[in-house]
Amino acid sequence: MNKAEVISKVNNFLINEFELNPDRIVDNASLRDDLDIESLDFVDIAVEIEKEFGFKIKGDDMINVNTLDDLYNYILSKLQ
Amino acid sequence: MEVCTLKKLLFQLKRVVITGIGIYSVIGKNLDEVTASLKEGKSGIGIDPRRKELGFRSSLTGLLERPHLKGEIPRRMRVCLPEQGEYAYIATKEALSNANIDMEFLEKNEVGILYGNDSSSVPVIEAMDCMREKKNTILIGSGSIFQSMNSTVSMNLAVIFKLKGINLTISAACASGSHSIGLAYIFIKYGMQNMIICGGAQEVNPESMGSFDGLNAFSVREDEPQKASRPFDADRDGLVPSGGAATLILEEYEHAKKRNANILGEVIGYGFSSNGDHISVPNVKGPYASLINSLKDANISPNKIDYINAHATSTPVGDAAEAQAIARVFGKHKTPVSSTKSITGHEMWMGGASEVIYSLLMMHHGFIAPNINFEKPDEYSKHINVIHNFTTAKINTFLSNAFGFGGTNSAVIVRKI
Repeated sequence: MNKAEVISKVNNFLINEFELNPDRIVDNASLRDDLDIESLDFVDIAVEIEKEFGFKIKGDDMINVNTLDDLYNYILSKLQ
Repeated sequence: MEVCTLKKLLFQLKRVVITGIGIYSVIGKNLDEVTASLKEGKSGIGIDPRRKELGFRSSLTGLLERPHLKGEIPRRMRVCLPEQGEYAYIATKEALSNANIDMEFLEKNEVGILYGNDSSSVPVIEAMDCMREKKNTILIGSGSIFQSMNSTVSMNLAVIFKLKGINLTISAACASGSHSIGLAYIFIKYGMQNMIICGGAQEVNPESMGSFDGLNAFSVREDEPQKASRPFDADRDGLVPSGGAATLILEEYEHAKKRNANILGEVIGYGFSSNGDHISVPNVKGPYASLINSLKDANISPNKIDYINAHATSTPVGDAAEAQAIARVFGKHKTPVSSTKSITGHEMWMGGASEVIYSLLMMHHGFIAPNINFEKPDEYSKHINVIHNFTTAKINTFLSNAFGFGGTNSAVIVRKI
């Protein structure tokens, strides 16, 4: 899976499941500060990632994920 | 000086009034629809085919759609709400609107919540299924814990409506809703709160009812669903599970007057008791005691009660015990009695609250809702005055009974002011 496909799937669930306005979805957006994603939401992001990409996230796996681009890259790294 | 008057002087007891009601039930999704169904004796009972697939003895149930809350409240709040929490949200929104309370008022005042709920089965089952299949707890999702706990309704509503007063759940089986009103009444009467949201919520799904079905407590009159719930009738064969949510706003009388609230009734009595007996088989002594205790608390005699909304669920043993308790206290006065469960089914954790709302609607619209399907009294119900047709009536004071597993009993008395 290439980065464009990852971006498409991630953006899709952020818009549909997290009800984010597409205008807010830009690569350098901070998940916490710009997209208002809080700690509980990260649990649901893990659920969506397992559904869409088929791998399970554990404990602190996403601790260094700050921006949307970090999230895309984190997923890509797990898939490779 | 009478002891009661002395007590009032000593403790400066407050008067407690109802200033808002809201409901989401199998006989209507708002107060207007429910009033029409009560007048018509229109049943909300039907068949759920999925129950047969799951091996249920009876597929009878109250039928209720889930409300659509997308766009109504934010996702973070929605994912924490279980089915009965959604019902409770709709009922509470209507009750607050009915009480003329907006979010600004809730932000600035100390409003409490004491809500009845005694299960949240589906989120627990889904979490367990997920753990067993995926061997991972994160994949259960963030909402499950908040949906699973017994206090799910009070915790969610307290967040959604920004409540700042007392905040807890009343779990007392099928008397939960009634005790929530009784306890809110006590908190306000003793000056600890000026306003409390109370009520009861009940999930309507097979997962929550399978174990109850297994006790052979449900009616199996599946060929005539709307005749299955027949409280006090000689041919009753069990209850029909049902649900939804009912919310009341209880308020201190002077507080209500000061803000020109529309006062729907005054809670004047709360009686409670415990059977100290069998876990599921009711007796007469316990319900009799809660009736007597409610009258004592209200400081009125039985002949002042114009209508009794009975707990009667349509089970052979339960209705017989309640009929004897009612006959012992009210028999000679021929007080009109009906069980609205004949049209709603048994709303369980919600019932004690919804039935106070049904009775309030009857009081305000001047009628008694029929105890439908009451065709032939049995040896106990022949001693009480069961109203089986729509009847116009002037109700100044009513009493609502609620009993639950473990022998928990509650009776609430409300009068018009």
